[in-house]
Order: sequence, then C-alpha cells, then structure tokens
Amino acid sequence: MSAELWTYLIVGLSFLFYIYIGYASRVRDTKGFYVAGRSVPPIANGAATAADWMSAASFISMAGVISVLGYDGAIYLMGWTGGYVLLALLLAPYLRKYRKFTVPDFVGDRYASNAARTIAAIATILVSLVYIAAQMRGVGIVFSRFLALDIAQGVLIGVAVVAFFAILGGMKGVTWTQAAQYAVLIIAYLIPCFALAYMLTGNPIPQLALAFSDISERINQLQAELGFGEYTAPFQNKPMIDVLAVTAALMIGTAGLPHVIIRFYTTPDVRSARYSAFWALLFIGLLYTTAPALAMFARYNLIETLNNKPIEQVRQIDWVAKWERTGLLKIVDKNGDGIVQVAKGKAFKEKGGKPDFNEPDMSNPNEVHLDNDIIVLSTPEVARLAPFVIALLAAGGLAAALSTASGLLIAISSAVAHDLYYRVFNPRAPERLRLLVGRLAMIPVLAIAAYFGINPPGFVAQLVAFAFGLAASGLFPAILLGIFDRRMNYQGAIAGMAVGLTFTTVMIMLMRAPQLFGTSQPIIKDVFGISAEGIGIIGMFLNMITALIVSRITAPPPAQIQELVDSIRIPRGAGEALEE
Amino acid sequence: MKPTPSIQVYWRANVRLIAVLLSIWFLVGYVVSIVLAPTLNQWRLGEVPLGFWFAQQGSIYVFILLIWIYARRMDTLDRVYDVHED
Repeated sequence: MSAELWTYLIVGLSFLFYIYIGYASRVRDTKGFYVAGRSVPPIANGAATAADWMSAASFISMAGVISVLGYDGAIYLMGWTGGYVLLALLLAPYLRKYRKFTVPDFVGDRYASNAARTIAAIATILVSLVYIAAQMRGVGIVFSRFLALDIAQGVLIGVAVVAFFAILGGMKGVTWTQAAQYAVLIIAYLIPCFALAYMLTGNPIPQLALAFSDISERINQLQAELGFGEYTAPFQNKPMIDVLAVTAALMIGTAGLPHVIIRFYTTPDVRSARYSAFWALLFIGLLYTTAPALAMFARYNLIETLNNKPIEQVRQIDWVAKWERTGLLKIVDKNGDGIVQVAKGKAFKEKGGKPDFNEPDMSNPNEVHLDNDIIVLSTPEVARLAPFVIALLAAGGLAAALSTASGLLIAISSAVAHDLYYRVFNPRAPERLRLLVGRLAMIPVLAIAAYFGINPPGFVAQLVAFAFGLAASGLFPAILLGIFDRRMNYQGAIAGMAVGLTFTTVMIMLMRAPQLFGTSQPIIKDVFGISAEGIGIIGMFLNMITALIVSRITAPPPAQIQELVDSIRIPRGAGEALEE
Repeated sequence: MKPTPSIQVYWRANVRLIAVLLSIWFLVGYVVSIVLAPTLNQWRLGEVPLGFWFAQQGSIYVFILLIWIYARRMDTLDRVYDVHED
C-alpha cells in the first residue's frame, strides 16, 4: 500500500475517532461547555493540556529550528516548558479554587472592575486569535504536504472537524479529543525518532543516545570542518542577555496564556489541578526532550548524506528526490563541479521571506537549502520506515494542530460569550441563552481563523512574539498579584496592565517595523540587546512595579475582596456545588 | 473575617516552599543552563558537553521534578493544617 493511501486511511480514521468522542461528550449546560463539568481526572487533563499546548509548530517545525540554532535552541525548549513550574506553583491551584469559567472572570471579580475584566477579555481574544490562525495554517500545510489537497481544502476540513466537536461538546468534547490527540501525536513523533536514534547510534532511546554516544562529538567536528560554529557552543546566534530574556518571556508568557490556564479549571479539586500540571509537563517533556535529540541526529545525518557527494548520486536517493520536488530541500550546483557542498549561508536569495529557487545566492559557497520542517518530515524515510509511519506522522501533525486550535477556540468563545456578553453586557441572560451564545461565538472565530489560514498575512510569524509578550506583560502579573498580594486593588491592576501592554506592544511594533509596516530598517533594533521575542519580560516588570506603586498610594480593596483572596488560598471547598 | 492563625501559618509554609522550589527553578534554568553553560561545557555528561545537556535536557527533567515535589509536599501541608478536601 502506498504512503498516500495509508495517509488517507489513518488520518480518516483518526478524524472519525475525534468526531465520535466529540459526539459522545456533548453537553447541555454552561458548566459542561466551559469547564467540562469539572470532572476531568489529573492524568487525562495532563494529556489534554499537553496536546492543547503543543501546536503544529512544536510538532513539525521546532526540531528543525533547534537544528539550525544548536545550543541557542534551548530558548524554546526551556521557554516552552519552564512556564509550567510557574503555573503549577503560582497560578493553577488558586484559579481552580476560585471556581469560575475564564481568566477574565478572575481578573474582573478579584478587582471588582468591569474595566479590568474587559482589558483581560480583549487581551485573551487577541492573544488566542493570533495563535489560532497559525494552527489553521498548520492544518493546511500538513494536508498539502502529505496528501494531494491544496491548503484551502485542508483548512476547511480542519475547521469542519474542530467545529463539530467544539460546538457540540464545548470544553468537555475538546478535553477528551485532546487527550486522544495527545496519544496520536506522541506515538507519531516518537516512532521515527527511535528508529533514527537506533540507526545512527545503536541506542534506540533518543535521550540516552544523545548523551551516551559520540554523536555530539561527531556533529561538532563536522560543523567545524564546514565553517559552522560548534553545535553545542552557546550564544552563537544570540547574545547571552537575549537568551536569558527570551527564555524568561516565553516561560512567563506560557503561564499567562488563557487557553492553557483554563485547562486547570476542569479538574475536580485543587489537588488534581496541581497533579494535572505535573502530568502535563511530563507528557510535554517526552516530546521536548526528544526534539533536541532528533534535531542533532537529523542535522548530522543530512549533512553527512549530502556534503561532498556527487549531485547525480545524491539525487538518486528517493527521499532526496521527493523532498526536492516539494521545495523543502533544494540543491544548486553553484560552482558547477558536480559535487554538493554544505556551508554557512543561504543557498538562495530570499524574496518575501521565502527562498527564490531561480536566484542562487552567490555570496557564499552553500549549495543546499534545507527548510526547517524537513527535519521532522523526512525522518521516517531517512530511517527507512514503512509507509504507514509516514501516514502516522501526518495524523500526528494534524492532531497537534487541531488540539491546539480547539483549545484556543474555547478560550476565545468563552471570553466573548461569558465575559463580554454575559458578565459585562447582559448579566441577566438565562443559562440556555448563554450556552447558545457560547456556541454561536465559535462560528465567526472559526471563520476568521480559516480566512487567515488560507490567506496568511506575511506577518503571522511576527505575531507570535505579540502573543507571548501580551500574555507575559498583561495577564500574568494581574493574576499573580491578585493571588499573592492582598493589598492589590483595581487601580494598581489596571494601571499595571495598561503600562505593561502598551510598552510591550509599542516596542514589538518598533522592533518589527520592517515586517509589520514595510520600513527598510527596524525603528529600534533592540533594548540593551533584548529582541522583540524577549521584550515581554521588561513589560512584565514595568507592569508589576506600576501596579505595586499605584496600589500603595490608593485605597486598599474592600473587605469582601480581601476575604475572597483568603478563600482562594485554601484548597477546601473547591469541589462544592455552587451557583456559578 | 481575618484568617485564623493556623491558616496564616499554612499560607506562610506554602509561600516558603514556593520560594525554595522557584529558587531551584531559577538556578537550574537561568544560572546553570545559560549563564554558566560556556563554563560547564568543559565537562561532559556521558559524551555530551554538560552545559548543553542542561540547557536542552536536564533543565526539563528538573522542571518536571519540581512540580511533582510541590504537589507531594502540598498534600502533606494540606492535611497537617486541615485544609484538604475529602
């Protein structure tokens, strides 16, 4: 059976499975719709959170990005895992105890202010919209790479599947499909990695093969010969200060992302919220400790296979031929010697952020273009695995994209329907109407996500810096201070959010001006060496300092707010039946 | 209503535990894995440079362990101060 047939079969089966789960967990009340009835056991919630968190980018692109960055790739590995420590210790248990539906819910009630609620709701919607567009794009790319579908068709199929289980099952449907999607994506990721590790080092466990074989030695030598820096040497792409700042901003941004936080609302009690965070990071860590091993192995293997070999001979390797057709890999014989040369620099000139294959870049001797995505996508063929493993990889990539998209969809629709419509606009709305509005709110969100998935604006990649920056500089401090500082009042929280969000937004726009406004140079290059990706950390500190100062020169919050803070600090009572 | 003294002690114990664990988080994530990485790369774990290993492997293991320790310790604290759920 061909890989394409296998792919239709496995992807089709996995979709039917998700749709079945969505149908089986359909809901009738807002508690089921927004927080899965608070009945999700920690291990299932951990798996759902892991799938929620790991996006198409984590699955398909991250290992490739790390393979280019070498040591410096640690910013993503640590940045996208370390935030869970903050979540587990500082936020999740207390937000769970508060027994509400959304992040703006907490901010609005804790500061008894609809202004604070509205800022938090808008930040939630902006952050999540940016993210969901990228996921839909990921769905389209997986479809187009593995199957003979164009991106638009792929995006529409993805939207239809997500719409089905999210509208019918709300958070409950999303939770159980995410748990299933975690199983699919982790199996799909690990099998080819095991095979490649075994092929290159004789040890099938990637984490052990990385540490206890001579592979790191070999790649360091190879890179040095070809004029790259040592793979394992720090700070070759970014100065230390920026590595620190980006890592911190990604960690804190993670902890402030609404679609991640609301996953912890679904557990039966505070204790399960803590253990959920443990399971979540364990499940995420499984992929995040495998990815850097894969990055190293695949880069070594690709360079070793291609470099210094006659072009005709290389092109006879079936996976080289296949990926050259897709443009993820491209060889150009710049000096006409018939031998492939891998070196530092770009093989082709860039046009609109993409390599232009008609224009070799003659300023350097590098003759091979490698797209980041090829590191993961080519692994099954490079390791000579059966065609059904390729199909599994497609199903895994789709699981990663769909699970993240559906989590984001819940975060956005709850901010629109619960926070803005019900809490601010129409507090008397009856339960049935609120449920209906929650379901209806998903439709325009999916339409927008599908539109941007099919017609991605050139600045989508730039927007991710915004998502983490806004979450780190706006939402995280407001929640943290709301729990740990009884004296924090709405004046402080609003002033802090305003300063943090404004600073971060303006700075990112200035630093990313070429991509956003088409200027020839960034208006500001960096701040003390910190780039746009890391600027959120400064925004976070500005937010906190402003909030602390303003709250201390204004009146303390009323007694019932201080009692609320006291009550969320103790676990007992989280499971009580309560009118929400 | 002011929280009872025992609840205040519980909260202080919780905050102390968080401070200890987040210090380890900071030390491993930022000091060992980033600031000291060039120095630690002189040594090896197995055959891979140590600073690199911490940045791309070890730190993640430590993060997972920290959350597990916190959840376990809080189980005990919740019971000692009688704020647990049945």
